[in-house]
Amino acid sequence: MKIDTSNPLWRFRGITPMAMFFFAYLYLPILVLIVLSFNENRLATIWTGFSTDWYRVALSNDDMLRAAKNSLVIAVSATVIATTAATLAALGMARQRFRGETGVAAMLVLPLLVPEIVTAIATLLFFVAIGVQLGLISVIAAHTVFCIPFAYLPIRARLDGMDPALAEAANDLYANEWQAFRRVTFPLLWPGIMSGAMLSFIISLDDFVISYFVGGAGATTLPIYIFGMIRMGITPEVNAVSALMLIISIVFVSISFLIDRIRY
Amino acid sequence: MSDIVVSARSVSKIFGNGPEQVRALDDVSVDICQNEFFTMLGPSGCGKTTLLRLIGGFEQATSGDILLEGQVLNDLPPYKRPINTVFQSYALFPHLTVRQNITFGLEMKGMPRREANGRADEMLDLVQLAPYGDRMPSQLSGGQQQRIALARALAPAPRVLLLDEPLSALDLKLRKEMQIELKRLQTETGITFVFVTHDQEEALAMSDRIAVMQAGKILQIGSPRDIYESPTHRFVADFIGESNFLHGEVRQTDGGAAVLTLAGGREIALAAMPVSGPRDNVTISIRPERLALYARNDQKDGLTGTIRDIVYFGTDTTYHIDLGPSGTDARLTVRVQNREGEGREFERGAQVGVTVPVDAIRVLAD
Repeated sequence: MKIDTSNPLWRFRGITPMAMFFFAYLYLPILVLIVLSFNENRLATIWTGFSTDWYRVALSNDDMLRAAKNSLVIAVSATVIATTAATLAALGMARQRFRGETGVAAMLVLPLLVPEIVTAIATLLFFVAIGVQLGLISVIAAHTVFCIPFAYLPIRARLDGMDPALAEAANDLYANEWQAFRRVTFPLLWPGIMSGAMLSFIISLDDFVISYFVGGAGATTLPIYIFGMIRMGITPEVNAVSALMLIISIVFVSISFLIDRIRY
Repeated sequence: MSDIVVSARSVSKIFGNGPEQVRALDDVSVDICQNEFFTMLGPSGCGKTTLLRLIGGFEQATSGDILLEGQVLNDLPPYKRPINTVFQSYALFPHLTVRQNITFGLEMKGMPRREANGRADEMLDLVQLAPYGDRMPSQLSGGQQQRIALARALAPAPRVLLLDEPLSALDLKLRKEMQIELKRLQTETGITFVFVTHDQEEALAMSDRIAVMQAGKILQIGSPRDIYESPTHRFVADFIGESNFLHGEVRQTDGGAAVLTLAGGREIALAAMPVSGPRDNVTISIRPERLALYARNDQKDGLTGTIRDIVYFGTDTTYHIDLGPSGTDARLTVRVQNREGEGREFERGAQVGVTVPVDAIRVLAD
């Protein structure tokens, strides 16, 4: 590794072991989980040999696949709705300053700060109070709410980085508001929108607490299913399913990161 | 002059409301003619860009009318005005190639793609960037981006081209080149250019007419020569080039002429009495290069003083003269062109006389 000696931190001799300890602390448990997912033994924690059988078992488990399908339906729906709403919100907020703008901006990202359990209980009570039947629809609605801020932030960041003269230039060159949006603003905003969508998707896919509360019997998502499996004992199958989810998350987050780096 | 293309009639623009409101334009009227290179010149915040944006349709006037060939434009959005803009930041579409940038306006106007591409190639030729059509804007230098912005704005053959300080991001040498280039493009295309700048040299070099603006008002409109040689306001004389300002009292003399008496009692002959205004507090302006120095023992009439400073500029030398006696703050700047063997006799501290040609004196309105 090339060391930049201008940073005084590097003169501290313990910096390398410290950093390594830190990364181990972050990633060792996940590494162990992945290694054990290839364990041949029925008992997850006793290593007896290498095998990919548990992945085969996991992928042929109908209940697991149903849960995965639910998760996918919820994540895709919540992502589409949240990203659309976030895009409109970002466009509306960026156009011009208005009274109470700071308040509105704070309200938009507040779901990030409210303890999830509070949101979960509140949403559940609300649904029950207005008589919404718990199921896929209720989970999608609840997921949309906490996905909006995740989608909003990268879109807004893109928009703030955009020269406002670009939209004016499009108008100047005979493009009406819609044409200017379609031909100039939207293509330039696209990486932000995609990045926001990817984040929403992952956040929705990973969510446990809210899904657990507002999902009815027919809306078991993958995290809830895994939780159920664990209660019956940790098998390498749980590890295999978790590892698969991890891979999906890493892929989506990486795509989101790469898209967000697109610069013209 | 020829036909009027763009007019502003008593246009005012107020930004904000309540106590924070800013009057960016204050009852401005101006007529801009066909084929004219018209420049709005002034310091930042004088309202020049606001007026440009009103003509472009990016802002709406608080009161007054903007007219294009006699038609009121007020409520027309930018995309319905046959007017194009070169933005200060160029605002080239970063996701489109140079050619797509140029054809954008043409396609929006409904020109078939083949024809638009042909027109784009013509435009690229016009700005001398023919080989760059397939590049992305980010692959071009600042000067090249500037030319593409021009080509894009000229491609739809607008009635008027608006230019918002387009040269301010370029370095000095490139700016000089682009000044000539802009003038050439304007002459070749015959399109009316409305140019906004705070750079007086730029304005003088390119414009057919200049409107000097300050604090939301147009102070003076005229050819570069008019503006420079016959400024009507102190602000104009000060903002454009250098000027000497002298204050005093005027008095009629025999034969219709007049004389200005400075605070120290020195007198300067004027061609005539100022037409209007007070007589006891008159400001005149004289360009430094219109003054001449002579050794004091020449015994001619006129002003005398002491050389306080001499600054050598190569082509010319600037002398700062204290009109003494000490206590009066009257000072003059005299610029003398350097010629072989001349000017050596003037040294710092020397007593000199200053010749003030009567026709070099401008009496200012304020």
